[in-house]
Amino acid sequence: MPTVGRTRGMKHILTLGFAALATILMLQGAASPAHVVHLKDFAFQPSVMTIDAGQRVMFENSDDEAHTVTATDKSFDSAGLDSGQTWSHVFARPGTYTYFCALHPYMKGKIIVRAGERP
Amino acid sequence: MKRRNFIEHVGWTGAGIAWTLTAAGSLTANAAAAMGRGLTFVQISDSHIGFARPENPDVIGTLRKTVEAINRRPVQPAFVVHTGDITHLSKPEQFDTAKSVLSQLRAPIIYLPGEHDVIGSAAHYFDFFSRRDARDGWFSFDQGGAHFVALINVFNFERMGLMGQRQLDWLAADLAAQKRSTPIIVFAHVPLYALYPQWGWTTEDGGKALALLRRFDRVTVLSGHIHQIIEHTEGNIRFATANSTAYPQPKPGSAAKPGPLQVPPNQLLGVIGYRTVQLDDNGESALSEFSLG
Repeated sequence: MPTVGRTRGMKHILTLGFAALATILMLQGAASPAHVVHLKDFAFQPSVMTIDAGQRVMFENSDDEAHTVTATDKSFDSAGLDSGQTWSHVFARPGTYTYFCALHPYMKGKIIVRAGERP
Repeated sequence: MKRRNFIEHVGWTGAGIAWTLTAAGSLTANAAAAMGRGLTFVQISDSHIGFARPENPDVIGTLRKTVEAINRRPVQPAFVVHTGDITHLSKPEQFDTAKSVLSQLRAPIIYLPGEHDVIGSAAHYFDFFSRRDARDGWFSFDQGGAHFVALINVFNFERMGLMGQRQLDWLAADLAAQKRSTPIIVFAHVPLYALYPQWGWTTEDGGKALALLRRFDRVTVLSGHIHQIIEHTEGNIRFATANSTAYPQPKPGSAAKPGPLQVPPNQLLGVIGYRTVQLDDNGESALSEFSLG
């Protein structure tokens, strides 16, 4: 039906619009819907991030130096991330996860995972 | 005259002093080597095989140049010690490449890991460089009248540099068997003293190791990690960090952060290289620094 078609079309346009907006926001370095932690200037930026259970966080090494993203409780470990490399992890369970860089342990970060809304 | 064509000129005096004409053309007392006491060895460090950035796009090439320069020395060192960060990211292929290049050395080589060699685990490091006498990684040996100790302060990732109590207990027992007059040479990747803690250039429990070393007449502690030469003395303990074979890092506090320092490409070989350490029969250590260009 044409109405359904228009609705789908609108959804596509909205989806594309959001994607474009997200891209623009990411390029501008502003807050974006994606959960990204930058490894920059020997720090995790932001150092504390709150997400919902099941969400993915991408860690991007924007530094000149290699780093790691290593959980204090050893529940996750990126291994060595060279300059420009990214690594992502899905935080399935609620909790507070502290992590650090195994090459520069004074770099510390925290991910707070909320229970989130059940569908 | 090419360096390799230099021949060691030895002349005896009544005191049994031998003189060695070095590659640089200067005369140095070499009585220790001639009398079977003392020795000369080479320290290299921080090769970072796998690093591929503009600060040095060819770290394999500069390691090869280092090996060739050491092999050209008119008198070969008793051994070469690599004080860690052999690789950049602890990958098996990086260890494989490093081992292949370093196998070209004419002198025997011993290794210590840096934090870049044990990312995630020390398994690959041990696969390539295990020693029968060093199941935990640290070890000691006697050579040329001196006692050598190789310490590891990069195994605890969250508190690197840290040696740990088990290693400190081993060190206490190891040193207890040594005479006060025995020259002690210590290798450790991260400096054992608080060189620049703001950048992690320190060993948290290094003071406990130094307390065990203070009773000896002459101690030399050789480290890497910071990609530059910095010397420091505390009583009878002499500290020296070494240049990298790959790239320099900023002087402590001279930049916002540590990390690879970009120098003009035609100046890179002038700020990387190796060091010789000559021990005389009194246990005094003479350090000589050699750049690659």
